[in-house]
Amino acid sequence: MDTTLLFIQILNGVQLGLLLFLVASGLTLVFGILDFVNLAHGSIYMLGAFICASLTFLVGNFLIAVLLAVPITGVIGYLIERVLIRQLYARSHLDHVLATFGLILVIDTTVQIIWGPAGISVPLPDWLNGQTELFAGVVVPTFRLIIIAAGLAVAAGLFWLVNYTRLGMLIRAGASNSTMVSALGVDIKTLFSLVFALGAMLAGLAGMLISPITEASINMGGEVIITAFVVIIIGGIGSMKGAFVAAILVGLIDTLGRSFLDDVFALFMSQNAAETAAPAISAMLIYILMAVILALRPQGLFPPKVR
Amino acid sequence: MKSLDRTGWITVGVMLLLGVLPPFFYWIGNEFYLLLATRLVILAIAAVSLNLILGYGGMASFGHAAFVGIGAYAMGIPVYHEFYGGFSAAASTNGLFQLALSVGLSALFALITGAISLRTRGVYFIMITMAFAQMVFYLFQSLDEYGGDDGLVIEMRSELPWINLDHPLQMYLLSFVSLVVAMGVVHMIVNSRFGMVLRGAKGNDERLVTLGFNTYLYRLTAYVIAGAICGFAGWLTANFSTFVSPSMMGWGRSGELMFMVILGGAATALGPVLGAAAFILIEEILSSFTVYWHLPFGLMLIGVVLFARGGLLGMLQGRGRGK
Repeated sequence: MDTTLLFIQILNGVQLGLLLFLVASGLTLVFGILDFVNLAHGSIYMLGAFICASLTFLVGNFLIAVLLAVPITGVIGYLIERVLIRQLYARSHLDHVLATFGLILVIDTTVQIIWGPAGISVPLPDWLNGQTELFAGVVVPTFRLIIIAAGLAVAAGLFWLVNYTRLGMLIRAGASNSTMVSALGVDIKTLFSLVFALGAMLAGLAGMLISPITEASINMGGEVIITAFVVIIIGGIGSMKGAFVAAILVGLIDTLGRSFLDDVFALFMSQNAAETAAPAISAMLIYILMAVILALRPQGLFPPKVR
Repeated sequence: MKSLDRTGWITVGVMLLLGVLPPFFYWIGNEFYLLLATRLVILAIAAVSLNLILGYGGMASFGHAAFVGIGAYAMGIPVYHEFYGGFSAAASTNGLFQLALSVGLSALFALITGAISLRTRGVYFIMITMAFAQMVFYLFQSLDEYGGDDGLVIEMRSELPWINLDHPLQMYLLSFVSLVVAMGVVHMIVNSRFGMVLRGAKGNDERLVTLGFNTYLYRLTAYVIAGAICGFAGWLTANFSTFVSPSMMGWGRSGELMFMVILGGAATALGPVLGAAAFILIEEILSSFTVYWHLPFGLMLIGVVLFARGGLLGMLQGRGRGK
């Protein structure tokens, strides 16, 4: 196996993992604190990508567009929480799922009406569009390094926010016992709205970061939400640490499986059989991982202590 | 036989209409409504099977469309090999063989995924069933031999004794009778001792466990039965549309099935049928106005969750009856 290729694929796996973490952290935050299952989280990810794409063409610079689009996504998340999500907290998880499934249809169709059914490719500024030579012989696209750096920075910021700030303290307290927090005089409704908006911003950011590589497309939300679910199931729903570990794990296994599984299979079966079997198995790899982990630990790797 | 209550009469009435009206339309030369009704009836079978686990068993599966897909591919793949060679062990146009394959494989998939998923509860269960269904979706999407993403055109409908599925009326009548049988089977199950335990475990699992019941096995059995019935619906779907593709088992489809059960009225015999009928009507009417029909449909779904508790059957029964 080529070590340079292996290194590059590991880097790609980490990059995918960090993007998955951005999406999954919002999901797990909202579930852990609000006890709310948000199926429409992937649609917010998609919406973020489209808003960023339009702003990129409007202001002419991808980075400025991201800086503008993140708060816009946050405001949209805030409004969605105020208008719809708030009515559903007292309901069952099944009702959450059905209502947010409806919300997906609404958001996706609205995006289709505004931006059309085709995807939009997002241009990068020249200095981000090149290649960087990390060390001799290993050349990677600069933008992928930026995604990794941004993902790590946001992850660190999130850990700091949750563990070392007053807001984070309230968030953790709200997750343990929201009635008590509210009895202590904290405006729990506003706190919930802020948490939801924060989750929306994280998902939107992930969508913006991936859009120059893939493009902004309607289907991207549906694809990412299932993988994000797999991530938080593996990590333990409600656990931030679990989401991070599981996201990197899923990112690496998915990427490496797709690139090297046929080589691995070829070691013990014919080349032909390996080339047929590998794509099918690698498409199922993360689900098999999920099944194995659940069979061993039904609550995931890091089950939250409360609840 | 005990006399029917109001819900029973509504059920019999709706089913009689469904048995008589579409053939009548076909008879006066309006085939379109017969085909629409065939689609409705097949969807209703899938919804009835979901209702067994979702409505009566309290297992909110968000991956039920996977069984439709498995059942449909199990019908289409033997035909594909019969026509294009390769893998001769599975090549067949014999309907009974395909049917056994559809039902058997769906039941097997239900057994394996159910054994894992049912170890978990609540929101975990919703997400895991969804993930397993998506796994099958990606599996068939990656199988280029069977058309991958584009799907597989089925060259020939199942060959059955006495029944010719190429004849639209016979196709409809088979589907309709199957629906009645499926409703009967589910009705018998939920009113048996087995069903009592299943419903009891939905209400209070701990109590049933304390009484000495292994509720996990009861749930798993119900899950496998539901998967098998839904696989049968998949076999019908493949025969009806002579086409199968991964999009048949996407999570949107699973969501629609859930919507049908909830909209019609979960844990009722007729609810899933009403839900499927409402879904087909909504889809037909809205999509005739606009290609963006998912927007009003989504709003409607949100409205149903927020305001219409007890579903359509609850409304038909009058106030105070629905729960």
